[in-house]
Amino acid sequence: MSTAVDSATEIRPFQIDIPDDKIDDLRRRIEATRWPSKELVEDRSQGVQLATLKALADYWASEYDFGRVDERLNALPQFTTEIDGVEIHFIHVRSQHDDALPLIMTHGWPGSVIELLETIGPLTDPTAHGGSAEDAFHLVLPSVPGYGFSSEPTELGWWAGRVAQAWPELMRRLGYTRYVAQGGDVGAAVTDGMGRQAPEGLIGIHTNLFVPGLAGTDPFPKNSDEERAAVEQGATFRATGFGYFLEQATRPQTIGYALLDSPIALAGWMLDHDTDSYYKIASAFVDGKPSGGLTRDHILDNVTLYWLTGTGASAARSYWETGQATARSAGQAPPPVSIPVGFTQFPGEIVRTPRSWVELAYPTLAYFNKADKGGHFAAWEEPQLFTEELRAAFGPLR
Amino acid sequence: MSTTVDTATGIRPFKVEFEEEQVDDLRRRIAATRWPTKEVDPSQGVQLAMLRALADYWTNEYDFGRIEQRLNALPQFTTEIDGLDIHFIHVESQHDDALPILITHGWPGSVIEMLELIGPLTDPTAHGGSAADAFHVIIPSIPGYGFSSEPTEPGWGSARIGQAWAELMSRIGYSQYVAQGGDQGAGVTDAMGRQAPDGLLGVHFNFLDAVPRELLMAALNLRLAFSHDDREQLSKVIGVFMRGYIAEMGEHPQTIGYPLLDSPIGLAAWMLDHDADSYEKISGAFLEGDVSGNLTRDHVLDNITLYWLTGTGASTSRLYWETGRGATAAFKDPPPHVRLPVAYTVFPDELFQAPRHWVKHAYHNLIYFNEAEKGGHFAAWEEPEIFAGELRAAFRSLRDEGSSS
Repeated sequence: MSTAVDSATEIRPFQIDIPDDKIDDLRRRIEATRWPSKELVEDRSQGVQLATLKALADYWASEYDFGRVDERLNALPQFTTEIDGVEIHFIHVRSQHDDALPLIMTHGWPGSVIELLETIGPLTDPTAHGGSAEDAFHLVLPSVPGYGFSSEPTELGWWAGRVAQAWPELMRRLGYTRYVAQGGDVGAAVTDGMGRQAPEGLIGIHTNLFVPGLAGTDPFPKNSDEERAAVEQGATFRATGFGYFLEQATRPQTIGYALLDSPIALAGWMLDHDTDSYYKIASAFVDGKPSGGLTRDHILDNVTLYWLTGTGASAARSYWETGQATARSAGQAPPPVSIPVGFTQFPGEIVRTPRSWVELAYPTLAYFNKADKGGHFAAWEEPQLFTEELRAAFGPLR
Repeated sequence: MSTTVDTATGIRPFKVEFEEEQVDDLRRRIAATRWPTKEVDPSQGVQLAMLRALADYWTNEYDFGRIEQRLNALPQFTTEIDGLDIHFIHVESQHDDALPILITHGWPGSVIEMLELIGPLTDPTAHGGSAADAFHVIIPSIPGYGFSSEPTEPGWGSARIGQAWAELMSRIGYSQYVAQGGDQGAGVTDAMGRQAPDGLLGVHFNFLDAVPRELLMAALNLRLAFSHDDREQLSKVIGVFMRGYIAEMGEHPQTIGYPLLDSPIGLAAWMLDHDADSYEKISGAFLEGDVSGNLTRDHVLDNITLYWLTGTGASTSRLYWETGRGATAAFKDPPPHVRLPVAYTVFPDELFQAPRHWVKHAYHNLIYFNEAEKGGHFAAWEEPEIFAGELRAAFRSLRDEGSSS
């Protein structure tokens, strides 16, 4: 990474400007959808249900305000800067509290910065959200390369570990010398990677997805009911909805065509992540009963962002990269994390990871808690609760 | 299954007729494709250059009337079996003592992949064979595929399709016949072998569907020595099941159904990403004009266009969901062995080259085993003459038995 001062390392303000004709084209495509027949079952066991996606399409084309993505993002300080050959887009909200702790938080797939927007208030302005001034964070929310408004990698090698190298450079450029990092899903892999690389200035990490368990549960104890249940939850996930993962990890280009060409295909693919979030989102569209922040508008903000940025293929490729990196490192233990680690188990997460596993994988575990609400998209669904977890996890590091 | 005579059991002639509006819409959609950026590595799936060449040929040069012309030149019928309209091609040989053969296509195939077989099988004297090699050919569309209707309830796995096929043959009036299949067609044909309906004399496979059941169980049997070749082929078998398309269609066929109905290029990509060998061959046809056998641009697009115009991307995928459930059930409660005579041809470019002893383990009554010199997963499509030669040789001994019993 270059440390010389040149135009590439410059940080430039960024605003979104989506041309009307792109939105018109999107709306036309939604209305022209050629639908399959209804699934033959009454639940999620054949995938995203026709009634869910029809309700989504109806709301998307008839009621959704396509200006929302522009308005929500442009209301925030956004920037871009080139790191390691890729243009990185990020939101940077400084707290009014000068001694706030800088926090870099990474979204996942099928997420984007959209899923983290509602945490900005509580994290940066705690006194207005049930906290005290000492809880304040300066917040950096970057878009992973290939996602949203960051540029797409045009060369191989952009797996989570390389993103984890770019983020410290971003923090350094912003002038932060002591900071913490957080992530779930793909963001957890990036954050775990940062923890292992231990860049100067990173003083702690928090994740809400257990990355060391993704390679298999062999190393972890299976004695208690809770541990055995966690094994079972992982097996159920791999047997009942793992296709998207395998496809993106092996053939991101193949599925990429559909994700670029059909908005309903894109929405279906993105909604089909895990059972808990699927039923919550389906309930928002079909029954008008959203779970927390997983509202129709919020879900469609995210799907619309993927569509308008045309990033279905490039986002899918991040799974391929991580798959390749995993294959390369087969058998080699990654370097340990030696800085303090925080972990929150959310009850609706795919696997409710037991404390014993987290402790084994992260000997420096400094915080572990079981939240009482929230699933895989915890920051999105329960931003207030999520914020309280980060306050508690990182409090001792201030 | 009903044996009473009613209108439902009638066999009705069938002609394909697409509306011009459907074809116009397809052409518009291809032209309006929103393309992703180029893959960063060739192994990331169907390559952009290949699919762009396909889209270009599809909209500018391909004759959208081909499917109608090719299919309507053949005797086609439908008949209702077990609540579904079954579409089938039925070509009788001019040779009266021809052996009836029921051939089942697979995914991402259709009756299209079998069309070039019809001449060599029904009219052997015009294709290097003798009158004694003649077959009457029945090529049905699997429920949910092509012009057969879609199942509206779960349960249409290989076993139920196998039962429907036996009913179809009996309804046509064939009291002695053989059956053949590769890919999903091998699953259906395997089920028929186990059900051993009246009149079924023997079966031929060009894909070992029995691997997940018998061979994988055998792999746990320490008394069986595993050679280097065994291990190599087993790793290819496992590779098949690590593919995203199988997992997605097996678990969530509805989710992938949306792109397959709504985006022609999404559909084409999904169908072409089947196996490395056929992909290379089809890619060669579109990019370099280098065609392998019968896998021509027109033939490949006939099949994709058929999927599009019949709107069967989701219903065809659901068969994998059924197959997955069926395999799980069969593990707990193994179906009866196949006692009927079994013939098997290994094609050199198939996903894996089943060693003879695997096939023998799965099917004890193995009467024919051969390694063909050319052809891959879509062997009947790619090398119809070689494929027809295999079927002639495979079933020759059963003709004598058939006529003497």
